[in-house]
Amino acid sequence: MKGGAKARNIIVQMATYFTLITVSLSILYVIAIIVVSAFRPGNLVAFSLDFNIQWSLQNFKKLFTEELFGRWYVNTLIIAVMAMALQITIVTLGGYAFSRFRFVGRKQSMKFFLIAQMIPVNAAFTAFYVLALLVNGFDQYWFIVIIFVGMYIPMNMYLMKGYFDTVSISLDEAARIDGASRMRTLVQIVLPLVRPMIAIQALLAFMAPFMEYMLPSLILRASSARTLAVGLQVFIYEPRMQKVALFAAGSLLASLPIVVLFFFLQKNFISGLTSGGAKG
Amino acid sequence: MYKRKNPLAAAMLSVVPGLGQIYNGELLKAGAFLVLNMLFAIEMYAVGFAAMTSFITLGTVPYEHNSLFLLIQGVMQLIVMLIFVLIVMLSMRDAFITAKKFNNGEAPNTSFSELFRAAKETGFPYLLTAPAVFMIIVAIIFPLLVTVFFAFVNYDFRNMPPAKLLDWVGFDNYRSIFTFASYRSTFMQVFRWNIIWTLLATTLQISLGMFLAVLCNQKFVKFKRLFGIIFLLPWAVPSFITILTFSNIFNVSFGAINTQLIPLINQLFFLNIGAIPWRTDPFWTKAALIGIQTWLAFPYVYVIVSGILQSISPEINEAATIDGVTVWQRFRRITFPHIMMIASPIFVVQYTGNFNNFAVIYLFNGGGPGSLGNMAGTSDILISWVFKMSTGDAPQHSVVAAILLIISAIVISVAIIVFWRTKALDMEGL
Repeated sequence: MKGGAKARNIIVQMATYFTLITVSLSILYVIAIIVVSAFRPGNLVAFSLDFNIQWSLQNFKKLFTEELFGRWYVNTLIIAVMAMALQITIVTLGGYAFSRFRFVGRKQSMKFFLIAQMIPVNAAFTAFYVLALLVNGFDQYWFIVIIFVGMYIPMNMYLMKGYFDTVSISLDEAARIDGASRMRTLVQIVLPLVRPMIAIQALLAFMAPFMEYMLPSLILRASSARTLAVGLQVFIYEPRMQKVALFAAGSLLASLPIVVLFFFLQKNFISGLTSGGAKG
Repeated sequence: MYKRKNPLAAAMLSVVPGLGQIYNGELLKAGAFLVLNMLFAIEMYAVGFAAMTSFITLGTVPYEHNSLFLLIQGVMQLIVMLIFVLIVMLSMRDAFITAKKFNNGEAPNTSFSELFRAAKETGFPYLLTAPAVFMIIVAIIFPLLVTVFFAFVNYDFRNMPPAKLLDWVGFDNYRSIFTFASYRSTFMQVFRWNIIWTLLATTLQISLGMFLAVLCNQKFVKFKRLFGIIFLLPWAVPSFITILTFSNIFNVSFGAINTQLIPLINQLFFLNIGAIPWRTDPFWTKAALIGIQTWLAFPYVYVIVSGILQSISPEINEAATIDGVTVWQRFRRITFPHIMMIASPIFVVQYTGNFNNFAVIYLFNGGGPGSLGNMAGTSDILISWVFKMSTGDAPQHSVVAAILLIISAIVISVAIIVFWRTKALDMEGL
C-alpha cells in the first residue's frame, strides 16, 4: 500500500515537472527567437531559433539611423509618462471620493463604471476620427493621452475605489479630529497605504501606449508621430517590405522597459489585484 | 412663528432651478442656481437652438453645410442639455429636502459663510471626481453617443460629407444587416465564430492559468520562483510584438513551426507530420489563434490564482490531507470554490474582453484567410470585421456603427445578467 502511494507520488511529481517545463519551453522558444533574431545581421524573411549565428549590433544601428525608431520611442515615452501622471491623479482623487464620501449619484456612477468597462469604446473608430478632425487632434500627444486615460477610467476607478475600501476609514477620522485638512488627510495618511494600487495604475497607464495598436494607428498618422506599436508593425505587416530582423531588434528595445517595470512592480500587482480588484 | 413649507411645491418650483430655493427663503442659493439658469439660457440662445435645428435637418446645402460636423455639434449640445437636466434634478432634490428640514424647525442657509461651508462640505466629493467625469464625457460618453447616432444616418463611402448631405434613415442600417442576404450571411458567420472564439479561447486561458497555478503551488515543486518568472513573460512582453512574431512563426512556407518545430517533433517521437497550412486554411488559422490567445492570456489568470491560493490557510489543506481526501476532491471542494468566489468578476471580464479581442485576430492574419464577403475574412470576429469596414477603401460608417451597438448590447446584457446573478450589482456596503 505504502509502496503504491510512493510510486503514485513519483508519477505525480514527474507529470507536474513535465507540464511546467513544457509550458516554460513554449514561452522561452518564442522569446529566444525574438532575442536571437535581433542580433542577426542582414535581412531575414523568417524567424527561426538558431544560436549558431554571427552576433552583430547592425540591426540596432539601422533602427536609429535608417528608420524613425528613436522618434517613435520618444513619442511612446512622452505619451506614456503623460498618461501615467494624468491617470494617477484622476483615479486617486476620484477613487478616494467614491470610497469615502456618500454623495448623490454615487451608486449610479459605480454601476455605470461596472457596465461601462465592458463597452468596446475603442471600437468607436469613426467617432474618434471625427472628434480628432474637429479639435485638430491628429498626431497630437494630448489627444491620444486623453483618450487612452479616459477610456479606461471606469475600470481603474473601480479598482482604486476597491483598494481604498480596504483602508480603514477610522484613520481618516482620527486625522480629521487632529485637525488635518481633507487634502492633507488624503495625501499624508491614506495615500501611503494604497501605494500598491497606485503602482498598478502607473504601470497600466504606462503600458497602454506600448501595447495599443488600433486607435493610435488611426490617430497618429504622420510617420514621425507614430508610437512603437504602430511603427514596428509596418516592418512585419507589409508583405513587400518585411524587415523581420529590424522588427526583432525594435521589439527587444520596446519590451525592455515594460518587462523591467513589470518584474519590479510584480509584488504590488498581485496584492493589488487580488485584494482590491476582486473585492469590488 | 413660521408658515409650513410644502416640500412638493418647492420641488416643482425648482423645475426652474432657483425658484424652489426662493420659496424656501434661501436667496443666496437661489441666486447661484439662477445664474446657472441664465448661463444655460444664453447658451441655448447663442448656439443651442441653432445646433439642435441643424442636428434635426443635418444641413440643407451640400458643401456649405457639413452634416458630419452638424451631427457632432448636436451631440455636444445634447450633452450640455443633459448636464442642465442634472442641475434641474439636483435643484429639485435640494428644494424638497430643505423644505422638509424647514418644517422640522431647521433654519435654511441664508448667510454667505454658511452657504460657502455647506457647499464645501457637499461639493468636495464632486470636486474630486470632476476631472474623471470630464474625461469620461470626452472619451466614453461622446464617442458612444456619436456612434449611436451614426447608426441611424446614411454615412458611407457613397455619401461622404461635405460633398453629400447625411439623412436620418431610421432603422434602415439594421434592416440591411439582417435582411440583405449578403450582409446577413456575413454577419451570421462572423458572429458564430465570434461566440466559439470567445468560449474556447477564454475557457482555455482560464483553465490553463488555474491548472498551472495549482500545479506550481504544490509543496514539492522546486524553482517556484523561476517558473513564476517564466510564466509572467507572455504578459510582460507587449502583446503586439508576440502576436506579430507568431504571425511570422506560423507562416506556412518559411515559418519556424513548419520548418523547425515540426521536424524536431517528428525526429523526437518518430512521427511523420507534414507541414500544416496554418495561415492559409481557416480551420488551422482558428486553431492557431486559440492557441496564441491561450499562450498570451494564461499568465494573468496564473498570477491571480496563485495570489488566491496563497491566501488559503495551509491548515485547511493539511486537515483535508489527513482526512484522506484525494487531490482532485480537495481541488473540487476547497480550492476551486475559493478561487471562483474571489476571481469570478475577473473571469467575466476575460470573457467579455475576448469577445472584442481585436489585436490577436487582426494582427495575426488580418482576419484571413479567404473572404466571407463584405470585407470579412474567415477568422474575423465582429470587431475586426468592423475595423476593416470602416478603415478600408469603401468605408461603411453607419453599418459599422449599427454593428457596434449590437456588440455593445450583447456584451452589456451578458455582463448585467452575470453581475446580477453574482449580486455584484447589489453593491453591498455602499
